[in-house]
Amino acid sequence: MAEPTSDATDEGEASGDAPETDPEAPEIDLPADAFDAVLDALDDRDPGEPLRFEGFSVERDDEGEYVLADGDSSTPLDERDLHEELSERAPAVTDWYAFERVVGEFGPRRAFLRWIEDADGETVATRYAALAEGIERAWGELKITATVTDRGERRYDVRHADDAGVPVDELEAHEDPLDARKLVTYDEKGRYRPLKTAPSLAGGWVFPDLGPRDLYETVETIYPATVANWHREREGGLDVTHWRETMERQSGIYGVVKTWDRGEGHEHVNWVAEACCDDSQCLKRREWEYDDETDLDVDGGDGAFPCREPCSVVVSAARKWTRLESEQPRTYEFDLTPSEKEQVEAIIDAVADGRIDEIREADTKEGANRYRTRFLRAKLFDDEGNLGGVPTEPDEE
Amino acid sequence: MQSLVIVAHGSHLNPESSAPTYDHADTIRATGAFDEVRTGFWKEEPHFREVLRTVEGDEIYVVPLFVSEGYFTEQVIPRELRLAGWDVSEWDSDGLSADQATLVAEDIDREVHYCGPVGTHRAMTDVIVRRAESVTDDPDVGEGFGLAVVGHGTERNENSAKAIEYHADRIAERDRFDEVKALYMDEDPEVDDLPEHFESDDVVLVPLFIADGYHTQEDIPEDVGLCEDHTEGYDVPETVDGTRIWYAGAVGTEPLMADVVLERAADAGADLGTALDDVRETTRVATGD
Repeated sequence: MAEPTSDATDEGEASGDAPETDPEAPEIDLPADAFDAVLDALDDRDPGEPLRFEGFSVERDDEGEYVLADGDSSTPLDERDLHEELSERAPAVTDWYAFERVVGEFGPRRAFLRWIEDADGETVATRYAALAEGIERAWGELKITATVTDRGERRYDVRHADDAGVPVDELEAHEDPLDARKLVTYDEKGRYRPLKTAPSLAGGWVFPDLGPRDLYETVETIYPATVANWHREREGGLDVTHWRETMERQSGIYGVVKTWDRGEGHEHVNWVAEACCDDSQCLKRREWEYDDETDLDVDGGDGAFPCREPCSVVVSAARKWTRLESEQPRTYEFDLTPSEKEQVEAIIDAVADGRIDEIREADTKEGANRYRTRFLRAKLFDDEGNLGGVPTEPDEE
Repeated sequence: MQSLVIVAHGSHLNPESSAPTYDHADTIRATGAFDEVRTGFWKEEPHFREVLRTVEGDEIYVVPLFVSEGYFTEQVIPRELRLAGWDVSEWDSDGLSADQATLVAEDIDREVHYCGPVGTHRAMTDVIVRRAESVTDDPDVGEGFGLAVVGHGTERNENSAKAIEYHADRIAERDRFDEVKALYMDEDPEVDDLPEHFESDDVVLVPLFIADGYHTQEDIPEDVGLCEDHTEGYDVPETVDGTRIWYAGAVGTEPLMADVVLERAADAGADLGTALDDVRETTRVATGD
């Protein structure tokens, strides 16, 4: 299983290592569709209303000629001249085209694609130079590499972070973002993944050449709604629903979970969060707490994208725990050797940490080794499966 | 921009639960009738609570992939989608007639058209018949055949039985099958005694469920006697007490279900162009040579 990826905002900085000064943007040809989009945008504007690019603007004058304003200079141009001028400024024009016409307005998609290349922090020249080298970003277990073509079009390679550096032809290549649905259904061992943000995404595949919209759709398919929630958080509008409010809302077979909160503290919710929401179990960064006045005592994790309320997996598990935790403790008496006590602890640890498959068959040094565990069962269980021969219910004796 | 959101139950345990939802979404995407088609789930992701924030459009149609009106369509989905001011009276339904309600979803502060479930739509009758055609591999199946439509009884949901009866009655009126019966899992007439309810030698058994899972793959096959234990599997058809039973599995897996989703959206005002015709054509059972 892969290590959870740490905070992408720290790790995912542009890796192009462009020099601080005078970055050299690659040669860009101005594609016809970008130029046509500029003409259309100018047509949609009133004369004198400028269309702004980085470092210059273009507007129509009352005579229908184009006026390019670059610093102090302002030059009237016909369409052919305008094409020539814009071709010389192709990086800025294609950058405008990429975000205004290809990516579009939809908030989460736009913010995500701009974040990938730090479009709100870096100049076009710096970004194009970095894109020419490849800008890498982490998102959950994904590694996204953004590049730019010689026509200023963004292209993206998406793969499991564990497959970084593996040649594309050694991976299963996909084009359709919806193919990702199959990639997220099962983990490496073929087990169904009920939680898409669990750090159990299998690798071995790549989307080697996605456009911006398809990149967004692919990420949305692998980690649903994570971009939308991350975007709301960046905009300061993440709607967090804390534990109590979430449990109060439940009904039907889940209605019982609200009875677990008895006004006697929130330790039980600490245990839930430690069990289910730790980075080893889910890559979302838990932002919900017990209630809006009471924080939980366990860490929310370091994920790039937030978790805004207890998810359906947590609610379902909480329903089970509500019933189990309504039982009163009893005292059972049976004898264990010190090593047996430690072995019970080792077995619990191995199951809780998902390590049982890593413990080798003949490694009897491990408490959770199968032979060791079978020996313990053979020695300590009676014919009814009672540990130490002690019945669970006293009246069964 | 016109968006379709299909909402379904999903499962923490069974990947087959969401498979029909994805399949029908793909069929509808291929028609191009909507600018986007999204899916949201109760037990998978994106959850009902978060699906609307992934939607870009301003004309949003939400269609529940559920078989009947009840707890999910009346309480859970409106609550989780945060439909402001929702009250079940918005649908003014007798348990079968919910069509749509237009309400603001507080999550996105935009209006959505919240449609009735697919299972009670009149077009669902055609899907049940189509399912019978699929499982018998005969586009003209009917003569010499009985048809059993099976669902939960009223123990879980009063409207569940209403939907079963509604479709069974409509199919019976067509005089296509020799006999049509509504049977139930937890009340009379029970599916366990299927051969007793039919005179026909061949009976197609169509469960009114959205997805294959515990009920359709374990419960019903064992109750009907198609197998002692579901892990053994069974043939289609399988003979039980002299009756050849053609067990169809969940009707919701039938490709024509995409048509019912579209019908729901169309009833709520969606502009579908030729999508309905396209889907009926592309999902039909091939006629033999």
